[in-house]
Formats: sequence, structure tokens, C-alpha cells
Amino acid sequence: MTKKVMEWQLRLYIAGQTPKSIKALDNIKKYAEEHLKGKYSIEIIDLLLNPQLAEGDQILAVPTLVRKVPVPIRKIIGDLSNEEKVLVGLDIKKTLVS
Amino acid sequence: MSTSSKTKKHASSVFKFPKTPTGVEGLDEITEGGLPKGRPTLVCGGAGCGKTLLSMQFLIKGITEFNEPGVFMSFEEPSADLFINVKSLGFDLERLSSEKKLVIDHVRVERSEIEEAGEYDLDGLFIRLEYAINKVKAKRVVLDTLESLFSGLDNQAILRAELRRLFHWLKEKGVTAIITGERGEATLTRQGLEEYVSDCVILLDHRVIEQVSTRRLRIVKYRGSTHGTNEYPFLIDENGISVLPITSLKLDNEVSSDVVSTGVPGLNEMFKSGGFYRGSNILISGTAGTAKTTIAAYFANEQCRKKERVLYFAFEESPQQLIRNMRSIGLDLEPHVKKGYLQIHSSRPSLNGLELHLLTLRKLIKEFNPTTVVIDPISNLITVGSDHEVRSMLVRLIDMLKINNITAMFTSLSKQTEHIRPDLGEESVSSLVDTWLTVRDIEGVGERNRGIYIIKSRGVGHSNQVREFVITDDGIRLLDVEFGPNGILTGAARKTSELNKKIAALKLQNELDRKDREIYRKRKVLEANIDALKNEFESVEEELSILKATEDLHARLATNNTSNLKKKK
Repeated sequence: MTKKVMEWQLRLYIAGQTPKSIKALDNIKKYAEEHLKGKYSIEIIDLLLNPQLAEGDQILAVPTLVRKVPVPIRKIIGDLSNEEKVLVGLDIKKTLVS
Repeated sequence: MSTSSKTKKHASSVFKFPKTPTGVEGLDEITEGGLPKGRPTLVCGGAGCGKTLLSMQFLIKGITEFNEPGVFMSFEEPSADLFINVKSLGFDLERLSSEKKLVIDHVRVERSEIEEAGEYDLDGLFIRLEYAINKVKAKRVVLDTLESLFSGLDNQAILRAELRRLFHWLKEKGVTAIITGERGEATLTRQGLEEYVSDCVILLDHRVIEQVSTRRLRIVKYRGSTHGTNEYPFLIDENGISVLPITSLKLDNEVSSDVVSTGVPGLNEMFKSGGFYRGSNILISGTAGTAKTTIAAYFANEQCRKKERVLYFAFEESPQQLIRNMRSIGLDLEPHVKKGYLQIHSSRPSLNGLELHLLTLRKLIKEFNPTTVVIDPISNLITVGSDHEVRSMLVRLIDMLKINNITAMFTSLSKQTEHIRPDLGEESVSSLVDTWLTVRDIEGVGERNRGIYIIKSRGVGHSNQVREFVITDDGIRLLDVEFGPNGILTGAARKTSELNKKIAALKLQNELDRKDREIYRKRKVLEANIDALKNEFESVEEELSILKATEDLHARLATNNTSNLKKKK
């Protein structure tokens, strides 16, 4: 999104424009706008175009959302339709509380 | 696929199932050519039974021997660990991967890092695999313990569906794949992978029986091909895995009519052929201390002298000990060792299971390529396994030796029995060997002598005598047969008999001498008598001649007187 280093850096791995990947992208954008407005960036990596990148983040399943920053790295696989799980996985609620 | 090239080769023969050779010693023989080409094979077994090694060897041999690049996808060990683990087995993965022939990809599945939220598939894995395959144009793929996925991911339904898709996809790719899986309670693999991989399933097993461990391999199924169905023992050593060869089912090995000398002075004469046939098996049985090893060493020495290679397996003595002991009877094996004709291999029988011993033998025989093999003693191996196992092992061993036309000598320790026939323990061997010699103690009054005799010798006329032999500082020697009133004599009885003969001869000589002297004396007397008579005769003759002369003188005197008288007148 922007060149500025964000507090939250997310990366979404997809394999082509499948319904699942589109759904996942929609979902994460929605949650991020809701909870992390202005503090996040999302990088989308299409493994069909860059297969060599799969090894780096140990990607098995698609779609996979990776939280690069803040550490530790967290991964959430699936189309992210379960908001509760995504937020827990990303540790978003906790940060909001603190 | 190269089905066409294979069928071209065997245009006239029947269709041959396309196979990919594994390069694992022995496994290709059991599978009759290798794993199904272009299909996945499941290798399953418990922890530490060699799954990873087997699959790694499959890949590496594929690269080094068949020029088929490979991909190793590890779900368990990081790449660096793998590098080190197999380096000790002589495989240099780093070099192969830098030459772009091998890709090692470690797929780490960390449950704590992964949250599942909604639908997903394993396209990521597929993409990685495809990327790796394309990178080196791999023909062989290994997925090492795919089951780790099950512990990393929750949604079993998706996982199973994806695995099914994965195997299907591998087939479409035309790669020959090995998938490893942990052994489960009731199923072959913990997660029932055998449901998905149905072309070929190989089961590895690591068993400990009576404190001796043996690894075994069995082909559970192999669709579209015949295969060996037994459990085959296999060995992991510094060269990786080797599987035991199959017992040859036919007895159609070539036979030789060459004769090899026994090396023991006098023993050759007990055989009409003058020795053993080349490629035959000789068993020397006997109780403790009957010089079995000595005879075996003599045999080995004789073959070495003829510049033939001998492999000597000593299960009781170390090579140095054997050489020293043989030197004490004037047999020096050391030069043969130095010249490379003799190789002595010592190990404790309990070091390995039976089958492993057989494998070791086989390996050494392959490396050293001897014409003669000595196993001293084979009975020590028997203590390692049950009768049945021993027999099957010996059958395989003897088969292997016969196929290679190797003359083999086994020694066997038998229990001391009253019977002249050796005990039943040897029955397992007896029907398999061609020539059977027995050395035994012949106990007499206060002494123990060694006797050797031939129980059987296939295809060779042989002596039926029990020959006594002695071991001196100059070695072993068969003594001439000494007949006594009650049969053949040995030891002290032999000595007594010899002494008696000597005394008798001496007596006779004395008698003869005495007679000679008597005759001499008689002649002396006769000659003296003759002399006396001669003297007497001479003196009589002399007297007569004196008389005659006197008579003559008187006559002449008388005539002279008469004429003188006439003149005076």
C-alpha cells in the first residue's frame, strides 16, 4: 500500500484468482480496516507467478495469511471467513485492549 | 514414459511392467526391476527402521547411477540435518544439490504458528513441489513422512482430500515417488496412507529377537507385477542399505570337475579324485580340540600357495591369534595375508543376527572375490538363531557360494557323544554339504588320539578308514594305517604294535647272527681238520720218498761195488 513502514505488515499468499483467495483478500481487508486502520499494509503474493517464494515462509496451504510484523510470525490458513479465529490468530484483540 | 524404449528392447518378449531401479542392493532383485515407474510407492515402518535412508538412497542412486534427478521433500528433518545424517553414509548431498541434480526442501509444519480460519487447500505444497521438480527436471520424488501434516493441520477432511489429489497429481507428473509413513496400530500407516497409494507398498520392520536385532523388508503389494513375497532381512552399514538376496529356487548352478587339493598331507589320498571338487561344500565336524581349525587353515594355506584368493571367517579367533596359533605348527599364513591372497575376517557371532552375518559374508565375497571361503566355525552361527532360521540361512549361504563356484569349507563343533555319528545339531547342515569329514577323538587307555574319516563325499570314491593323524611342530600328518589283531591301531596301541614288531625283528636278526657264527666256527673246525689230515698225508708221503731214496742209494752202491770188484780182478 504505502512505502511507509507500518506497525502491522501482513502478507497474503494465494495461488491464482480462485474464489477462496478472493474471499480471503476481501475478509482480511475488512478486518484490517475495522481494527487496524492506518496501521497496516498487505502484500499479496501469487505463488503461481512466484513459486520460489513459497519456501521462505513455509507455505503449504493456500490461502495463507502471514503476520510478518509484529513478531512472532503468525500464520492463518483458509479463506479467513471465521473472523473470531483470524483476530485471535493475529492477536488483534489483545493489542486493542492494551 | 520410456515404456516404448523398454518394449523396443524386448520386442519379442512379453510386456514388461515399466520399473525404476532403486539402486538399493538386493531390492531391485526382489521387486524384479525396481519400483513402479511414474507411480507413487509407500514405504512404511516403525521409528528407526530406515525409511528415510531407503528413500534417500533411492534418490541418490537415481542421480549417480541412472542420471535421474530427484526432489526430497522432508516434513521432519531440516535440510542441514539431512545433509549431515547421510554424509556419514558416504552420500554428499551438498555437491549433488549444487550440481542442480537434487533439491531438498524442508517443509516445516508448526502447529503453534498456524491458525485455521475457513476453507483452504494445499496448493502451496503442490506449487513448491512442482517448482522443485521443474528446477532440476526431477524424475524421482520423495515425500518423507507426509503424516507430519496430520499433526500440523486440524481439518482432516481437507487434508485427506488434498492427499488424494496429491498422489493423483504425482502420477500425472510421471515422477516415481516414495512416500514414507509411520507404522500404525492396526493399519500399515498411522493415517491410513495406504488407501491413497495403492501401487506398491513396502513395509520395513525392525525386530529384536533374543537381544539380536534384525531389520526386515517385505513387499506388501505391488500392483501389476510379480515380486518376492517373503520377508527379506536388510542391513544398514557404511554403504547404506543392502537387502539380502533371494534364495535361488532352482538348483541349476554350473558344476566343475576341477579338483582342489586338501592341503593336508595324506588326506588327498583318501579321496579317489585326490581332493575336493572345486565349488563344493566341505563340512568338517568334530568335538572340541580335534584340529578342525588346523585342517581348515591348511586348506586355506594350500589354496593361497596356488595363488588363489581365500576368505577366512573366524568366529572364534582374531586374525592375529589365528596366525600365531598356526605358526606354532609351522604354518605361516602371514605372507598370504600380506600378498593379498588371504583375508581373515573375525567377528563375534552374537554381533549380528544370522541374516546380517549372511549379508556381511555376501558383501565381503563380492568385494574380495575369493575362490575359496572358510567359515570357522559355522556352529557358532547356529547359536544365534533357531534351527529353522539357521537352516534357511545356510541354504542361502550355500546357494550363494555355489552360484559363484566358490569352494567352501565349514567347520562345525559337535557335542561329545558316544556314537560315532555326529550329533543331530549338524543335521541341518549335513544334507546341504557335498563332502563331510569328521575328526574325532579316539579314546584309549589313558590317552586321546585324533582320527579323521569321511562320512560322505558326493561323486568321489573315498576311503572308509579312520585315519589317525598327528600334529607336530612341523604340522599335521596323516599316519599310515596300522593293522592290529582287532582292527586299526592308534596311539599307544600303534606304538606298542610297532615296538613288538621291532623286537621280533631284532630277535630274528640275533638268531640269524648266531647261526652265522656257528657255521663260521664249524667251517673253522673243518678247515683245521683238513689241515691236520693234509699234514699227516704229507708226512707219510715224505717218509715214503725217504725210503725210496735210501733204497736207490743202496742199489747204486751195490752196483758200484760189483763193478769195482770186477776191475780188480
